[in-house]
Amino acid sequence: MDTALILHFLTLPLVFLIWTTFLKTFILLNVVLGVVSVTVFAERKVSAFIQDRTGPNRVGIPMTLIGGKKDIPLWGLGQMIADPVKLLTKENFVPAGVNKFFFWLAPKLVLLPPLLVLAVLPFGSSLFGVEMTIANVNVGVLFIFAVTSLSVYGITIAGWASNSKFPFIGGIRSSSQMISYELSLGLSIIPIFMVCGTLNINEIVDWQIKNGWLVAPYWPHGFSLDQLLHPKDLLHSLVAGFSGERVLLWIPMMVSFVIFLVSIFAETNRLPFDLPEAEQELVGGYHTEYSSMNFASFFLGEYAAMFAGSGAIVSIFLGGWSLPIIPDGSHGWVWGLVNIGTWFAKVSVILLFMIWIRWTLPRFRYDQLMKLGWLGFFPIALFNIFLTAIILAVVHH
Amino acid sequence: MAIVVNRPKLTFAEKCYLPSIFAGLAITWKHLKRALFNKGIVTMQYPEEKWDANLPEWYRGAPTLVVDENGREKCVSCQLCEFICPPRAITIKPMEIPENDKWRKVEKRPEEFDIDMARCIYCGLCEEVCPEEAIFLRKDYSITGLNRAEMVHDKKTLYKLGGVMKGLTFKWNELK
Ligand code: SF4
Ligand code: SF4
Repeated sequence: MDTALILHFLTLPLVFLIWTTFLKTFILLNVVLGVVSVTVFAERKVSAFIQDRTGPNRVGIPMTLIGGKKDIPLWGLGQMIADPVKLLTKENFVPAGVNKFFFWLAPKLVLLPPLLVLAVLPFGSSLFGVEMTIANVNVGVLFIFAVTSLSVYGITIAGWASNSKFPFIGGIRSSSQMISYELSLGLSIIPIFMVCGTLNINEIVDWQIKNGWLVAPYWPHGFSLDQLLHPKDLLHSLVAGFSGERVLLWIPMMVSFVIFLVSIFAETNRLPFDLPEAEQELVGGYHTEYSSMNFASFFLGEYAAMFAGSGAIVSIFLGGWSLPIIPDGSHGWVWGLVNIGTWFAKVSVILLFMIWIRWTLPRFRYDQLMKLGWLGFFPIALFNIFLTAIILAVVHH
Repeated sequence: MAIVVNRPKLTFAEKCYLPSIFAGLAITWKHLKRALFNKGIVTMQYPEEKWDANLPEWYRGAPTLVVDENGREKCVSCQLCEFICPPRAITIKPMEIPENDKWRKVEKRPEEFDIDMARCIYCGLCEEVCPEEAIFLRKDYSITGLNRAEMVHDKKTLYKLGGVMKGLTFKWNELK
């Protein structure tokens, strides 16, 4: 076969779709797992700074290992590699009396859902005409809910299979917590469907590019490169683009945003909702009995879930990969890369916010957590749906 | 008797958590910002920076043996410390001081004196019990070794760590 034939084969629509999808999946997976390790490092550093400590600052390039005089500390950045290596090389200890198969299965079940969520998140506009979403499906948001609710199985099974009381309590707590918060998570998103009229995340992002981010009622029609050069046009489009509807809708959107954000905290077991782990009461919660790579899977799963959750927040509420003025990938591959960078930057901001919250707030008591979920967020989310409906009805008639 | 815990009446602002969450975020942000510019960090960079100069006088570090100002081993091998040591870290092999020795009058001294630092709990009972004031807990705390054998301090190490201790008991000093 000569090159022309191979090229022709690769550009057949179906073949093209398949290999680009594989490529995208491969790259995204690697990038995300890399980001996870950076997040763990950031978590350690930020927590240290918040508590007036230095955090990891030693592990850098080990020059003494290869005959150098002094190690290069590199602000402790080597910790990102040292931590996984430590986890990988530890003994994988399986306690007696565990249910071996489920004990082995649980960490995988925790790791899988967050990675599946990444499939439907648009992490960029397009690059060389290839859409930067792995799967552009119409049920996008529902897919996220369906998949994230699976991660409760991993935790519950881990707690049960460990055959030990602390993990068991952790697993039970986790299942009730996740079920409770799934409810407000689902309800908080319904107003978004009502406003955007679609479940497809790509279309939600497109809607936000046209009408402004859901949490920020500005008028992006006014923001484009050539309009910025003509102030008169800019003013005109700002005034013309103004709509009372967006301002009114901003209220339910913010409510949805807050509920969604808090529910994501609960879904990913992050402080202040980390009752399934609760070191002080439950040793380590559901992963008490795990060691080595099995433990690392839980660890990875938690941070991957944080990443996926932040990705969902960014794509649904914060305009996805879009920024005002910046054009999308169809204007050249540079812009495509900028869009991808924008998405990752926004996700990082949310991740940092999650870390910041974790080192600020104490853990909720269990009854407070349930009360907040059922008596706080659930009615508010329900009310929010009606509020949105009323606003939409009043504005359109 | 049952105790009634009075629950304070919370205002709406307190009930919905938000004001205190923002207040907390502001506090941690302040610390984060300060630490980013390397200010207000309280961590001591251990091997480079040490607290040694500030150790209190009564600090109980590693047990050591001492000699007096005339260079005599103060230990007379009575083995009291060996018996009192709770984790049995001390092993002593006594010997008789030979006829022609300057300190023949003392009669005994240890031939071997081992303290297993992997066992020692730094309780200080050996120092307490010693009738000759020959064993002292000094200020060395960073005792390390790559294996168990390296963690055992023999007589030579113990005297090196202990050094000279002046002006305590003088009963073997014929000049006094
Ligand atoms: S300090 Fe206590 S444990 Fe250590 S050698 Fe002396 S008596 Fe034994
Ligand atoms: S160190 Fe003191 S207690 Fe121990 S054998 Fe020597 S003289 Fe006796």
